[in-house]
Amino acid sequence: MSKLNSSSSELDLDRPNIEDYLPTDSLHEPSGKLRLRDLLDNSPTLTEAAGAIVDDSFTRCFKSNPPEPWNWNVYLFPLWCLGVVVRYGILFPVRVLVLTLGWIIFLSSYIPVHLLLKGHEKLRKKLERCLVELICSFFVASWTGVVKYHGPRPSRRPKQVFVANHTSMIDFIILEQMTAFAVIMQKHPGWVGLLQSTVFESIGCIWFNRSEAKDREIVARKLREHVEGADNNPLLIFPEGTCVNNHYTVMFKKGAFELGSTVCPIAIKYNKIFVDAFWNSRKQSFTMHLLQLMTSWAVVCDVWYLEPQNLKPGETPIEFAERVRDIISVRAGLKKVPWDGYLKYSRPSPKHRERKQQGFAETVLRRLEE
Amino acid sequence: MGNASSMLTQYDIEEVQHHCNNLFSQQEIVSLYQRFCQLDRTAKGFISADEFLSVPEFALNPLSQRLLRMVDGLNFKDFVAFLSAFSAKASMPQKIELIFKVYDSDYNGKVTFNDILDVLRDLTGGFMTDKQREILYKPGLKMDVEIPVD
Repeated sequence: MSKLNSSSSELDLDRPNIEDYLPTDSLHEPSGKLRLRDLLDNSPTLTEAAGAIVDDSFTRCFKSNPPEPWNWNVYLFPLWCLGVVVRYGILFPVRVLVLTLGWIIFLSSYIPVHLLLKGHEKLRKKLERCLVELICSFFVASWTGVVKYHGPRPSRRPKQVFVANHTSMIDFIILEQMTAFAVIMQKHPGWVGLLQSTVFESIGCIWFNRSEAKDREIVARKLREHVEGADNNPLLIFPEGTCVNNHYTVMFKKGAFELGSTVCPIAIKYNKIFVDAFWNSRKQSFTMHLLQLMTSWAVVCDVWYLEPQNLKPGETPIEFAERVRDIISVRAGLKKVPWDGYLKYSRPSPKHRERKQQGFAETVLRRLEE
Repeated sequence: MGNASSMLTQYDIEEVQHHCNNLFSQQEIVSLYQRFCQLDRTAKGFISADEFLSVPEFALNPLSQRLLRMVDGLNFKDFVAFLSAFSAKASMPQKIELIFKVYDSDYNGKVTFNDILDVLRDLTGGFMTDKQREILYKPGLKMDVEIPVD
């Protein structure tokens, strides 16, 4: 009898396991006696590799879609130039003004409230929430954001978590303008980081650092504590863990789905005719991204607040995450791909290759015995 | 990214097509060029091993290292020529030559029994012992295809 050794690499418990999502690989289910040619002919594997070189579903998720140039012609070109003049010369300064005004109002109200109302927690929290919603509305106005909200507005109840698909950091601003969520975000450097550690902390936001390993447990604990508290702002999580280009969804991390609370999905879809809202963090900084938005005509998007979901009896958190991802993808018209978003930053773990190797080895040994 | 096809002239496309023996249509070559530019993130004119491995589907393929040796650092013309072996229109000898090159890891033009064992080791990883791999010695296995040893 042949005995197969089990995989020697340790299980990465936090990363979702690709094989749980993909159907079992039945690429080649040959039967019958094992022939030498089956061992020597590795063309299926080679073809798979060449297929991945030519096109693969992971890279497609992070492809920006720059607008096609359409202005190379006598009458369109002057029109386009006029458009550029209007956008950069008129709209942009007006928007900068609006934003500056918003910041002045915000800071002149927030700082006093934060410092002077130290004793009156409830009132202070309420005012801070309203002010954060206000500054987010100013941000949205600064890109001429046209946001259509569908569905019942989020309510403040304990034991509930909101999840949404992620295209850019502006997702957070768009959602925040309607409800002051406490969000869990990657800690950023620069002025964003400064904002994070001052204003956003006061509404209960949680930070994580992708590069630190121990960080995950700490964050998981903080999440659980936040959800239990009745006074805390509703928690918003982007389970993809990274920005995706609003045509696809990558696998959801299960952290949000094992907190024992109701999960309320939110689907966000941007209208690409006006601007491509995907923030390709490898290609531009957030400031450049904001400037790009502020010099476009408008940011148009739809936000759907979908029906809250609970873990069904007998369902694992991963299945729950996949089910919610399904709901969001269908609503926003996005395609699902079975990849972990963090593969943007690291190589796939050897576990996946070992699965392939195991499959091949088992097939060979099984047929050997026939 | 976006304006890739405007950088390829008709002459370039025809030259590349000739180099791969007309196995790809001109439209396919344009698409391959867009893909090439997408993978070659720093616009060096070739794709480095690291950039190939950033495609997860490629990185988890058991034969990726062998293919990487053959495709690392190729310019676009040679990249298309390499991929032409996978085209449906490629001849059987051309496909066999590719498989041969995958086996022949020391480039001496010969595929030895150890080379075959090495590839089998790549394909099965830790799930087969060396003893089990030596079923290749087993007399009961039918020889169905001959690999030409040029």
